[in-house]
Amino acid sequence: MTTTQTTDTLRRILDYSSRPDPYPLYAELRETPVAAQEDGSYVVSTYREIADLLHNPHLSSDVRNLSHPMPTHEGDATPAFINLDPPEHDRLRRMAMRHFGPPHTPGLVAGAEGDLTAIVGTLIDGFAGKEQIDIVDDFAYPFPVSVICHLLGVPREDEPRFHLWVEALVDSIDYNPETDPKEKLENGLQARKDLRRYLGGLLEKRHGRPGDDLLTRMANDDGPDGRMTDEEIVSTANLLLIAGHETTVNLITNGMLTLLRHPQVLRRLREEPDLVVPLVEELLRYEPPVHIIPWRAAYSDITVGDTVIPKGSQIMLMLASGSRDPNRFHEPDRFDPDRRDIQHLGFGSGIHLCFGGPLARLETQIALTALVRHLDGPRLVTDPPPYRRSPILRGPVHLLVEQQAAG
Amino acid sequence: MTSADNLQAFKREGRIVIVGASLAGLRAAETLREEGFTGSLTMIGDELGEPYDRPPLSKQVLTGWVAADGTTLPRRRDVDAEWLLGVPASGLDLATNHVRLADGRDIPFDRVLISTGVRARPWFVESEAALDGVFVLRTREHAEGLQRALAAGPSRVLVIGAGFTGSEIASICRERGIEVTVAELAPAPLVGALGAMIGDVAADMQRAHGVDLRCGVKVTRLEGDAQGRFCRAHFDDGSTVDADVAVVALGGIRNTEWLRGSGLAAGVWGIACDTGCRALDLNGLVTDDVFAAGDVARCPNPVYEYRLISLEHWANAVEQAEVAAHNMVNGQADRWPHLTLPVFWSIQFGVNIKSVGVPTFADEVIVSQGSVSDHRFVAVYGYRGRVTAAVSFDNAKWLDHYRKLIETAAPFPPPCPTPDQPADTKPVPVDFPGPQLLAQGATVVVTGHDPGERRVTAAQQHHR
Repeated sequence: MTTTQTTDTLRRILDYSSRPDPYPLYAELRETPVAAQEDGSYVVSTYREIADLLHNPHLSSDVRNLSHPMPTHEGDATPAFINLDPPEHDRLRRMAMRHFGPPHTPGLVAGAEGDLTAIVGTLIDGFAGKEQIDIVDDFAYPFPVSVICHLLGVPREDEPRFHLWVEALVDSIDYNPETDPKEKLENGLQARKDLRRYLGGLLEKRHGRPGDDLLTRMANDDGPDGRMTDEEIVSTANLLLIAGHETTVNLITNGMLTLLRHPQVLRRLREEPDLVVPLVEELLRYEPPVHIIPWRAAYSDITVGDTVIPKGSQIMLMLASGSRDPNRFHEPDRFDPDRRDIQHLGFGSGIHLCFGGPLARLETQIALTALVRHLDGPRLVTDPPPYRRSPILRGPVHLLVEQQAAG
Repeated sequence: MTSADNLQAFKREGRIVIVGASLAGLRAAETLREEGFTGSLTMIGDELGEPYDRPPLSKQVLTGWVAADGTTLPRRRDVDAEWLLGVPASGLDLATNHVRLADGRDIPFDRVLISTGVRARPWFVESEAALDGVFVLRTREHAEGLQRALAAGPSRVLVIGAGFTGSEIASICRERGIEVTVAELAPAPLVGALGAMIGDVAADMQRAHGVDLRCGVKVTRLEGDAQGRFCRAHFDDGSTVDADVAVVALGGIRNTEWLRGSGLAAGVWGIACDTGCRALDLNGLVTDDVFAAGDVARCPNPVYEYRLISLEHWANAVEQAEVAAHNMVNGQADRWPHLTLPVFWSIQFGVNIKSVGVPTFADEVIVSQGSVSDHRFVAVYGYRGRVTAAVSFDNAKWLDHYRKLIETAAPFPPPCPTPDQPADTKPVPVDFPGPQLLAQGATVVVTGHDPGERRVTAAQQHHR
């Protein structure tokens, strides 16, 4: 396909009307695995090319390496590790991981199972007597938000405040200067500042105090890499709060939607609870919560397949398209929880592989298991459901489900 | 039936014998069943018990975290095999297609897979090797004994040989707070596998963790006390070390002695085979019904000028087993070549070391990413201007990229900078120990004059 054609395909993918089913457009895009765009950027949509790039040390996550900086660039604020390259990325991720996963904190995620099950139980108790449930508002949103607040040490009652900031911020990720009103960008940048100030306020009170939450532990830990600066902690907490907030909700909701569209699988899951483990992996391939890595930068010239991407270029990686690539997965458009060859791109790959992946997996496993067990004859009210704006963090804004008379 | 000419009948009711029931043998058995082989399958192994995983034996088992009998290999599927365990094979008769067992039984086959692996090279003086407190490490029994000796709180451990196993054992000793001396004939640890540049880093890591590292020395004698317990080691420079435990980590010996007289190209260097894991006979001609996989196999690798390479790597055992098994039950046209690049990993002194390619096939090495002084970096190996291997210290996630560079014969040194490229990095000579350290001596003799009568016979092998 020509540059004009692929640019048009991408435009249609980003257009809101494609949100319910972008997959046929991804297939169109894959005809040109590495597609130069009219604005000089590149879009990569096939599995092997995406995987190669995610392991390519010449691919930069630092906005300063783009020849045309992003409009959403925050200026002087310390970037979170997701937007940094080694060695800074490695150092900050390592310092955060000390408090979240192995080898220093090996039991945190597995040990949270009881708490997660309890939160899910409370939310499901709230379904009692309702004939119609919104899987998003009544369940898939409050669940991971409670978890990430608890983990970080952010008061749950502040949720209405930071929810607005996170919304504005996510809304501005795919800001397009040609089509979007300037306020969208300004609201996003303001929200970033407000969220940072809020987290900075929480952090101030944690220095020198005991506590198990991540903010307190990051504020007081002197590991082999020394101590994180307050700026670094705020950036890290900011990242974890947004990611813990905006992604798992989509995974759980996409999961429930997929199960309702595949009633035999839903029934099977009810009878074979162990099926949830491979099922969530297949979900991460088939209906992932993160569809696109909107930009990475070519630090030097990068050869992908037959294309040389010049230094400084912006590169967009279509993860969800890669996970549906027929050159990688057999019958990729079939939802098959028994699939054995399942190295999906749902959590990305390489050094930026999703930090919270193990937690997201466990949350979704627990959530879906509980939902299918407790919903009595669930029925989808509208298919497709209404979607959130973002083509990047893609998922329904509401998912209305009817169940048989309260029981 | 010699070459399984009737493939369908062979797949349905043929007889396959696998000699060597460890990682490669088990994975081959599983693949055979996966590929639809429904005939009889016999597994022969000299160790009792289920096949188990060996990498943890020098790591998690020695720390005491995992019990020695806790590393049983997970099963991918039922293999429905007859297991003949606890008795080694003692011979292979290719005239009648029988495997001879040490207890005299003869096991017939239509096709055979040899995956007998390696055993630990023992200390060269038998009476000294027999002292209490002198260990090797290869089996779960070895690991259990050594773990117990470490748990008893020895005053000092002597590790003889600073290859990967020796270095991992030294690392565990330090982790457990045990004093340890490492003796290595080469100028640095790991130098035989990874060259002088990485050897220096490894030496630095060992010393930073309090290892008493002695390089360029040879242990000449292990001394026992009146009770027959190891108590002191003597070095060729006249010095001594007092210790309660000595671990002999001098690599392995390939288990090929039982193939003497079989007519296969088998020797101290392994069993030569083609990339389809079909064994070669003494003349270097490929056989049809004998396959080899794992540590004992010696396969050509096209990426490395088709040189025959034997590897004692976990992933290599798995991949060769799968290729060998596939080829055992498929016709010529459907055969697979084993073409994956070697990969291995080690964990020592808190650092994950991982490698792709063949680092010894190199003349230069360059640090392409990270910082050597922080022990976090990627080093790329090159041979005559192309990339042939890469080694990472706590940077394993990049290795897929370097695998691609090796597979595509990318130019060395890699031309483009990365964000974490060290300043003023440049290639240095790779500097491996000379061939005299590696030479094994002649193993065959060629006789005859005319092309029709030229033949190879096995030379008398001298086993030390």
